[in-house]
Amino acid sequence: MSNVTSENTAVPRSPVVEMRGISIGFPGVKALDGVDFRMFPGEVHSLMGENGAGKSTLIKALTGVYGIDAGTITLSGAQVSFSGPAQAQAAGISTVYQEVNLLPNLSVAENIMLGREPRRFGGIGWRAMRRRSAELLAGLGLDVDPGSLLGDHSLAVQQLIAIARAIDVNAKVLILDEPTSSLDADEVAELFRVIRSLRDQDVAILFVSHFLDQVYEICDRLTVLRNGTLVGEYLVEELLRIDLVQKMIGKELTTLDDLEQRAHAVVVDESDAATFVSASKLGRRGAINPADLPIAAGEVVGLAGLLGSGRTEFARLLGGIDRADTGELTIRGETVRLRTPRQAIARRIAFSSENRRDEGIVGDLTVRDNIVLALQADRGWFRPIPKKKQDELAQSYIQALNIRPGNPDALVRNLSGGNQQKVLLARWLAIAPRLLILDEPTRGIDIGAKAEIQKLVFNLAENGMSVLFISAELEEVLRLSHRVVVLRDRHVVADLENDGLTVDSLLTLIADGRVASDDEALAEIEPTPTTQGGTR
Amino acid sequence: MTELLDAPRRTDGRTPRPPHGPAGTGGRRPGWSGSSGSALARFGSAALGLLTSPKYGPVTVTAVLFVAVFVVGGIRYRGFFSGQVFLNLFVDNAYLIVLAVGMTFVILTGGIDLSVGAVVALSGMIAASLLQTGWSPAVVIPLILVLTSVLGLLVGLMIHVFKVQPFIATLAAMFLARGLCYVISQSSISIVEPTFVQLAVSRIPLGGGLSVTPSVIIALAVVALAVWVLHATRFGRTVYAIGGGEQSGLLMGLPVARTKVLVYVISGFCSGLAGVLFTFYTLSGYPLTAVGTELDAIAAVVIGGTLLTGGYGFVLGSVLGVLVLGVIQTIITFEGTLSSWWTKIFIGALLLVFIILQKVLTSRRR
Repeated sequence: MSNVTSENTAVPRSPVVEMRGISIGFPGVKALDGVDFRMFPGEVHSLMGENGAGKSTLIKALTGVYGIDAGTITLSGAQVSFSGPAQAQAAGISTVYQEVNLLPNLSVAENIMLGREPRRFGGIGWRAMRRRSAELLAGLGLDVDPGSLLGDHSLAVQQLIAIARAIDVNAKVLILDEPTSSLDADEVAELFRVIRSLRDQDVAILFVSHFLDQVYEICDRLTVLRNGTLVGEYLVEELLRIDLVQKMIGKELTTLDDLEQRAHAVVVDESDAATFVSASKLGRRGAINPADLPIAAGEVVGLAGLLGSGRTEFARLLGGIDRADTGELTIRGETVRLRTPRQAIARRIAFSSENRRDEGIVGDLTVRDNIVLALQADRGWFRPIPKKKQDELAQSYIQALNIRPGNPDALVRNLSGGNQQKVLLARWLAIAPRLLILDEPTRGIDIGAKAEIQKLVFNLAENGMSVLFISAELEEVLRLSHRVVVLRDRHVVADLENDGLTVDSLLTLIADGRVASDDEALAEIEPTPTTQGGTR
Repeated sequence: MTELLDAPRRTDGRTPRPPHGPAGTGGRRPGWSGSSGSALARFGSAALGLLTSPKYGPVTVTAVLFVAVFVVGGIRYRGFFSGQVFLNLFVDNAYLIVLAVGMTFVILTGGIDLSVGAVVALSGMIAASLLQTGWSPAVVIPLILVLTSVLGLLVGLMIHVFKVQPFIATLAAMFLARGLCYVISQSSISIVEPTFVQLAVSRIPLGGGLSVTPSVIIALAVVALAVWVLHATRFGRTVYAIGGGEQSGLLMGLPVARTKVLVYVISGFCSGLAGVLFTFYTLSGYPLTAVGTELDAIAAVVIGGTLLTGGYGFVLGSVLGVLVLGVIQTIITFEGTLSSWWTKIFIGALLLVFIILQKVLTSRRR
């Protein structure tokens, strides 16, 4: 499994970076466990893995942000040990972070040169600074006035300016962490042109991205991590996408159990299956391309896709968290524009965020307060829910969802992740939603709570509630959903009845955007999605 | 999570923006300067860009405002339109200019210094009491500057090391300084020391019957030094960098910690110096003097175009801010019938307008 294919191929030079047996532990977690990683000069390398795979930990180990517990790091043949990012940078390892870490209020030239600016009479040599930055920008083929304010340029140009800054320190290794996550196609092309020209100057480039297409377009070699361990290093041209996705997610196609298709047994009453909410060409620039999504009452729709595929972004549009800039949303035949979550809640759409801690629970409030929060907000703060009613609500949900400890006065932050999630669910159920959007409700919670939450979703749907269910675990999506919508690189690539769907077929869609030919009679779904109940 | 956060930035980042800045240096983009055919249109878009730039917009408005107010004063009142009236703006406000310079450093980093008014009073008290007991001004003035700088250092360390809010840390320093004034004396101490008296009454002729006080020269020297430091040294650029994004500054390898402490030292030094200049002006030390002056200084800095959130602004803008406050005061003096409290009302209204202006500019930009 973890054999390194490239050892068979001719490797022209010795690696510029070689990390061996890297282990890093945080309290309670082993973030990296004996990971090997190497990069060659003049190649674009990608680091692949799902959430929690250890990608960013490995990058931080390489850039000196984290110290390593075990292992060695060799740079150009010499063993190194960085005590901070500044040292790593001085040694030739530069990083451009996803968030452009530049200063919008200063000039382009300053953003490139500050920290190592040319001096003159004890001050800054402005002329030399502008000349040098103009040279660097020209070297990247950028037509930008070094004297202009950074904040006046688009994010894409800022990103390229960040690269100009990074390569000015004579970088041997350039790390680009999700550089394309906020760029459009033209801007990505521009970035790739720059990456290629740097590669031709023998810089080793680490390109981290969620976009498989981009990885396949620009990278020569990639390393896959999963759960803090090395899966393997591969030449991009020798690795099929489907194989890459499997290695990232960790399922062998052949060993997948046949899953109980319980979801399918639940038949939506067609007469009552009037589409509750329907998105039509709903999209938001830079988040999700316009897509259609009808959801019937009592239907569970699963969203499948990798992190960054647009699954959360799409759900946020439906939940009124972000505003759509194209398309329209119809709720029970009425066209609405959701500008705030409050408007969504008023129409009985509840959105439960994947970011439980920051966008979900209020840790310092009690279980009771957390449960009544949304209902109280919906009623308005001048009509307080009577204490007795609050207690009843809290008690009934604690029992119904089996929240432990069953004490309404317990502070939510002291509860386990699974119970926090249940409190969050109770909060949304208390407003009696017609559509419940659950973004990764089962992430990071124990197996028992997971099963309970899955069962709850079932029962809710049986009682006529629509559920939009997002999970990185495809089995779970398949088990619960009546329909599965597959997203890939911010596009909806398929909208399928959960009828004979397998994890295999979903994986194929996620990897390639098309259905494998040997699979069952599932046609590739192009722009027109299946209409509600059409294939039944 | 991070992708989610990126989404809104994305759309903002893509909105086309007009060019900004003084013609020629601004971020000219081909679509703008090229497409607007006529020179007039180009001038129009350049002017629009200047006004909507967070860097130059507010200070441009302030400059226009100052000229406008001065012209209105000149039209309304006889004798207003004279060089000496203009110079007296500097004479009367030399200490405030120095205070505003120090405050500009602090606000550029996104901080605030509420202690400056009390420190002005404290330095006046120290000067008056030590001179009374026969100390030489050559010792007293440097001593005051050192003491107030050390106070600034303590405030800076409190803010940096203990992560105390600048508002709270400098509020504590304000109470400390004001309290120490009363420890020195409960009542006013007048200064009769010859050097101080000499500095208070002497005028430096500029020709044509115009003259300024030595304080003005000192204040302008401080301004010149501050302009150089802020625009031509790494320290100065780091001050801007902290205001623009402390985290980014750290990642760029800039000396953020040292700079954050130093701005309060500078503000402390400037307060001490302003206190000395103030005693040249009043020839006395009084515990209740300069109450609320910190707010005048902050108002001057904000009206001068420095964003309270930091990162944008100029020392020269703050000087302009002081002049605007001064010219409003002068007009009210010329008007004769209005109470001097009207100055406060005008300044309050002006401040409101400028804060809203800042909000509009930053929300347009970000």
